[in-house]
Amino acid sequence: MAVPDVAVVGFAEAPNLRAADATTNGVEMLVPLFEQVLDELSMTRHDIGFWCSGSSDYLAGRAFSFIAAIDAIGAVPPINESHVEMDAAWALYEAWVKLRTGEVDTALVYGFGKSSAGDLRRTLALQLDPYSVAPLWPDSVTIAALQARLGLETGMWTEREMAEVSARSLRDGATNPLAQRGHATDADALLAEPTLADPLRAYDCAPITDGASVVVLAAADRARELRRDPAWITGMAHRTESGTLTARDLTRSSSTQDCSKAAGTDGVAVAELHAPFSHQDIVLRRALGLGDAVSVSPSGGALCGNPMFSAGLSRIGHAARHVLDGRAEKVLGHATSGPALQQNLVCVMEGGN
Amino acid sequence: MAGQLVAVLGSGQTHHASKRTDVSIAGLCREAVDRALADADLDFADVDAVVLGKAPDLFEGVMMPELHLADALGANGKPLMRVHTAGSVGGSTANVAASLVQGGAHRRVLAVAFEKQSESNAMWALSIAPPFTMPVGAGAGGYFAPHVRAYIRRSGAPDHIGAVVAAKDRRNGALNPYAHLRENDVSVDSVLETQMLWDPIRFAETCPSSDGACAVVLGDEATADRAARRPAWVHATAMRTEPTTFSGRDHVNPQAGQAAARALWSQAGITDPMSEVDVAEIYVPFSWFEPMWLENLGFAEPDSGWKVTEAGDTALDGRLPVNPSGGVLSSNPIGASGMLRFAEAAMQVSGRAGDHQVDGARTALGHAYGGGSQYFSMWLVGSDKPGGTR
Repeated sequence: MAVPDVAVVGFAEAPNLRAADATTNGVEMLVPLFEQVLDELSMTRHDIGFWCSGSSDYLAGRAFSFIAAIDAIGAVPPINESHVEMDAAWALYEAWVKLRTGEVDTALVYGFGKSSAGDLRRTLALQLDPYSVAPLWPDSVTIAALQARLGLETGMWTEREMAEVSARSLRDGATNPLAQRGHATDADALLAEPTLADPLRAYDCAPITDGASVVVLAAADRARELRRDPAWITGMAHRTESGTLTARDLTRSSSTQDCSKAAGTDGVAVAELHAPFSHQDIVLRRALGLGDAVSVSPSGGALCGNPMFSAGLSRIGHAARHVLDGRAEKVLGHATSGPALQQNLVCVMEGGN
Repeated sequence: MAGQLVAVLGSGQTHHASKRTDVSIAGLCREAVDRALADADLDFADVDAVVLGKAPDLFEGVMMPELHLADALGANGKPLMRVHTAGSVGGSTANVAASLVQGGAHRRVLAVAFEKQSESNAMWALSIAPPFTMPVGAGAGGYFAPHVRAYIRRSGAPDHIGAVVAAKDRRNGALNPYAHLRENDVSVDSVLETQMLWDPIRFAETCPSSDGACAVVLGDEATADRAARRPAWVHATAMRTEPTTFSGRDHVNPQAGQAAARALWSQAGITDPMSEVDVAEIYVPFSWFEPMWLENLGFAEPDSGWKVTEAGDTALDGRLPVNPSGGVLSSNPIGASGMLRFAEAAMQVSGRAGDHQVDGARTALGHAYGGGSQYFSMWLVGSDKPGGTR
């Protein structure tokens, strides 16, 4: 049985804000995005064959937070729907597979998160081993700082290289109207800043962001009807590593490297990386084998806005836009989840037919 | 059915109990996983991807527990997904795992679901009052009792129907070595004598709070063809969702459940479920949901599901045995409860259900629902390959 080709045909992202004027169920952020992305494709919600979302109850501070998000759809009559408690990039994976079964020919994927509702650094500590590690409350920034320190001490990277990543991101963020931050700067200026969690400075860490994003997928002929230049998904893979921080080499990302091989990333012109900390951009570029010619996170990336549970999906959307607009032939979007790059996903998209 | 063929190669579950203090969450999951792999005659090396499902993270106080569980699930270096669709999640997890094979992404997928209610307070987690949302109040029982009352009023069902279901499911549970409650001396009268908890739901008509896990191993056609033991072929899967509240919503017979059932029967080519399905594992956490879901699923006409129950048609030796495993009324590790229904359906059609085996079962339904009766997942499995002769 022939497996249908699947493409990204639409993408919309909410403004990345430190605190959005919205409830934690995502509805206020999602309604305008659904409208925008469906209008652009001349579709209505009734044309969507499958819905899949990513979000977190812990971020919302309540059980079943994703149920309330359904109100943004107006799911009457009932919809064919699923949800992952992960970044919505993994919801996109589930939707991609669903389209490949041939059961449906369109899917809408969305993610949302309102990090401002709680204490994000502390909340993320609850992702760790609940019996022996989480009770010590090692927060997400501290763990990333330990990872950065490990790389500095083993000579894998320098503080200047980290600052260069942050400076590049901030300069790119200035060109993205939806980014949370961005301005003209350079590595020297950033290195003069005080540390937040030694060796990390504030600009080495993604900001705390409220946000949401939406991607529309379509299969084969339906994709060609909806869009002149669909961004065909030619490879997608995700892998996890151990949740035990001492059980893996934190200065490398073997899971990303495996994804890169499985998805076929050779020759990409643009790579949107989900690197919430500057040194992770370095780890990911090496794992993906990206050369200097590759444009890395031209949206500004996660360092200019990191809405939890949609930032990974947004990276795929931003990468896809380069193909949809005819600016690049082959691109990749990357997403991460868990402490210190535990889990990674790579989605490769190409133009043409 | 859409995509490539997929079959259940094996399943496993824990002994379910109020408090499994002998194991951690990882140990609980591993108990089910080890049994499932042994049942499928496979090892971790044969597994290409892992899908984990559970109900809200707030139940155990662990955010995205799949991250910590990657070691125990043998997922390191592999794709690992985490599904969450409320109480239907165990079923949805199996369906997502099936789609990974149907869509050609992976050949052999391990699906795992768990809940360790003793490390949690489900009543608290379900009863918080977020702004602008109708509070659930007294947990799930308090939420669903008015729906049951509405069903009794509009169907004219006699008061004892719920007790008939509870007595049947608990006695079935006594045949299941893994069940939490194993009560072979329960009768309709003894159920009716128990305390009223949320009128009209009595104590003995209510599911227990359980620690437990379930796992299923799914494989593609080539793997299933080579399997030493008879696999359970997936003939159809369906998931549907509707909002918790909307004007004119029917909480007793929700549209989403009807739509999912229609999609399921249509995919499987079934026109008369009552005569074409041999056994059904239906998510019945409170006894009265058996007749309600019989109607919602199309096994009975609206307002007449209770007649099917009253006639004994859903008993182990009836026309359509419902919940031979003992169902949710005998074991309720919430996140795993849906997958237990799906796994039992597979066990039935592959002849592995032991003392609760329904004679001649060749086509079986696994069903789960969640949220405010708004998330539905179901699969239909059979002894024969889809498209083959029945």
